[in-house]
Amino acid sequence: MSKRTVLWIAFVVLLLWIPLYAEGFWLQTGLFAMSAAIGAIGLTLLVGSTGQLSLATAFFVAIGAYGYCFLAGEKGGFGGAISAPDGLGWPPLLAAIAAVALAGLAGAAFSPIAGRLKGIYLGLASIGLVFIGQHILQNAQAVTGGFNGRDAPAFDLFGFHFADDHPSDLVVFGVPYGQLERLWYLGLLLVALSMWYARNLLRQRPGRALEAIRDSEIAAAVMGVSVPGYRAAAFTVSSAYAGLAGVFLALSFGRVVPESFGFLYSIDFLVMIVIGGLGSIGGAVVGAVIVSALPQVLLHYADRLPLVAPPGGGGLQPGDAARFLYGAAVVVVLIFASDGLAGLRRRVRLRNRKPEGSIA
Amino acid sequence: MSQFFELLLSGMMLGCIYGLIAMGFVIVFKATNVVNFAHASIVMLGAFLVAKWHGSLGFVGAIAISAVVCAAAGALLDLVFIRPLRRRGAGIDALAIITIALNILLGTQLIRMVGNDLLPSGAPWGAKTTSLLGADIPQARLVAAIVAIALMGVFFLAFTRSDWGVAMRSAASDPEAAALMGIRLSRVAAGAWAVAGALAAIAGAFFVSFPAGGVSNATGLLALSAIPVAVLGGLDSTAGALVGGLLIGVAQQLTAGYQDNLAFLGRGLSNVVPYIVLFVVLLWRPSGLFGTREVTRV
Repeated sequence: MSKRTVLWIAFVVLLLWIPLYAEGFWLQTGLFAMSAAIGAIGLTLLVGSTGQLSLATAFFVAIGAYGYCFLAGEKGGFGGAISAPDGLGWPPLLAAIAAVALAGLAGAAFSPIAGRLKGIYLGLASIGLVFIGQHILQNAQAVTGGFNGRDAPAFDLFGFHFADDHPSDLVVFGVPYGQLERLWYLGLLLVALSMWYARNLLRQRPGRALEAIRDSEIAAAVMGVSVPGYRAAAFTVSSAYAGLAGVFLALSFGRVVPESFGFLYSIDFLVMIVIGGLGSIGGAVVGAVIVSALPQVLLHYADRLPLVAPPGGGGLQPGDAARFLYGAAVVVVLIFASDGLAGLRRRVRLRNRKPEGSIA
Repeated sequence: MSQFFELLLSGMMLGCIYGLIAMGFVIVFKATNVVNFAHASIVMLGAFLVAKWHGSLGFVGAIAISAVVCAAAGALLDLVFIRPLRRRGAGIDALAIITIALNILLGTQLIRMVGNDLLPSGAPWGAKTTSLLGADIPQARLVAAIVAIALMGVFFLAFTRSDWGVAMRSAASDPEAAALMGIRLSRVAAGAWAVAGALAAIAGAFFVSFPAGGVSNATGLLALSAIPVAVLGGLDSTAGALVGGLLIGVAQQLTAGYQDNLAFLGRGLSNVVPYIVLFVVLLWRPSGLFGTREVTRV
C-alpha cells in the first residue's frame, strides 16, 4: 500500500469516527458543509468545466429543499386536518429522488434561455431566478409556508429513521445515535456518491465535450459537439446537484425558510468553488467546508479570538468577520493563484516530485 | 387614467435614476470588459457619504465631495485589483467574480457602518411634491430626473466629441489598435472606473431620497437592480442603459401602483418585476435591446 492510500484510509476512518466524539454543534456544522459540498460540486461542473457562470444555485437548492418537504409532507394541510403547509405524503426516499429530479427539470426548463444566451449574459440573467424564487417562496404559502417556512419530514430508509426515534435506542460504543449522528453517515455517503459521479462524468465523453466548449465554442461545434445541447445538459445536471444539496440541507436543518435561499447564498457557492479551484471536484468540497464552517467556527470561538466580538456586542461580528475573510480569500486566490487550492496542491506535488522524476 | 399617468411619470423618473446607475455599469463594461458587481456597493457608499456629510456641507456640496471620493474609490479598485488580473489575461468570468468578492468586502463594511439605522438622504426637498400635468410628483424625483438627463447629455457629448471619449471608444472597439495609436489603455480603464464611481455617487444620493426612506443596510442589494437594467438595454450600450432604466422603472411603478389588482401574483411583486421583464426581453433579444450581437467568424 502506498503512503497515499494509507492516508486516505485513515482520513475515511476519521470521518466515520467523528460522531462518536463531536458534540451536536460540530455535527450540525458538518452536515451544512456536506450539503454545501454537494451543491458546490454541481456548480463547479457548470462554471469550472463548462465555463458557464451561474448565480442561480440558491434557487435550485430551494427547489430541492422545498420539493422534498412538499412531496414528503403530510397530506391535508391548510384547510385540511392540520394547520401546516400542504404535502403529498410520499415516502421520503421517493420524495427525495423526485425533488432532485424536480430541480433538474427546473434547470432544463431554464435552458431555452440558457441555450440562447451567451456567457456573461446568462450569468447575469440567472440572478433573476434567485429573486423570482424568493418571491414564490414568500407567496405560495400553501406549498412553502410563506415567510415562516415549513418543517422538513424526517428521512426514512426501509424502516430506518434518520431521526431520534425508530429505533429509538440506537447506541454505538456507548454513544447514543440520534438524528445528527445518523444523518452524518447519510451525508458522507451522498458526498462520496456526488464526487464519484462527477469524476466519472468529467473523465468520459460528456466531460471532454464540456471542456471543449469551455475552451472554444466554435472549435467544439466544428468537432461535432452539440453546443446548446451540452450546455443545457450541464445546466440540468448542475441543478440536480443543487437539488440534492437542498434535500440534505432540509434534512439537516429540520426546517426550510425562504431567508436561507437568497442571493448571498448563491454567492457563497461561487466563493466555494473559486477558493477550491474552478473545475476541481475535490477543491469544491474543500471550499464548501471552509466557507460553510468558517462563520460557525468564528461564532463558537468568538470570546477567545482577537478582533472578533461575541454576538450582540460591539465590534466585529463573527458573521461579518467570516465574510471579510472569504471575500479577501477570493481576491487573493484570483490575483495570486487563479486555480485555487487545487492548483496549489498540484504545484506543491510537482515540486516535491521533481528530484526523483528528473532524468539527470 | 390619472393614476396611470402619475405612475407612468414617476416610473420614468425612477427609471432615470436606474439609468444613471446602469450607465456607470455599462461604461466600466465597455472600457474594461468587467461586469462590475462592486458598482452596487459604490452606489451605497455614495449615498452613505452624502447622508453623513450633508449636515456640514449641504446636499449639493456633499454630493460633490462624495462623487470625488467614489471616483477615487472606483479608480483604486481598478488599479489595485482589476489591473493585475487584466495583465494576466484573465477571462470575463474571473473579472466578474473578483468584483463579486470586492462587493462582499465593501458591502459588509458599509452594512456594518449603517447598522440598523435609516439615514435620511439629506435632499432639501424632503417629502414635498409638485403638480406636473395634473400628476403629483415628488420633487426629489423630478430633480433626479433632470440631473440624470443632464448628466447623460454631458456624457454623450464627452463620449462623442472629447479626446477622452474618442480614446475610450477606440479602446473599447479594438484595444490593440488603440494601444498602437498611443492610447494608454490603463489610463482609459482607470478613467472609466472613476467616471462610473462619480455617476454612482450622484445616482445613489437620489436613489435613497424620497419616496425611498434613506440609506439602509439593504441599499446595496437594491442597487443590484442596475444589473437587470444594464443587461436589458445591452451591456455595452449607454443609450440602452437609459431605455432599460425607463422600462424597468415604469414596470416597477405600475406593478407597485396596481398591486391590489395584481394581488393574485403575491405581495412585493414590484421587487421582482425587473427580472421578469429581463427574461422576456432576453428571450426575444439575447444580447439585450441595443447590445452588440456577438458575431462569430471562423
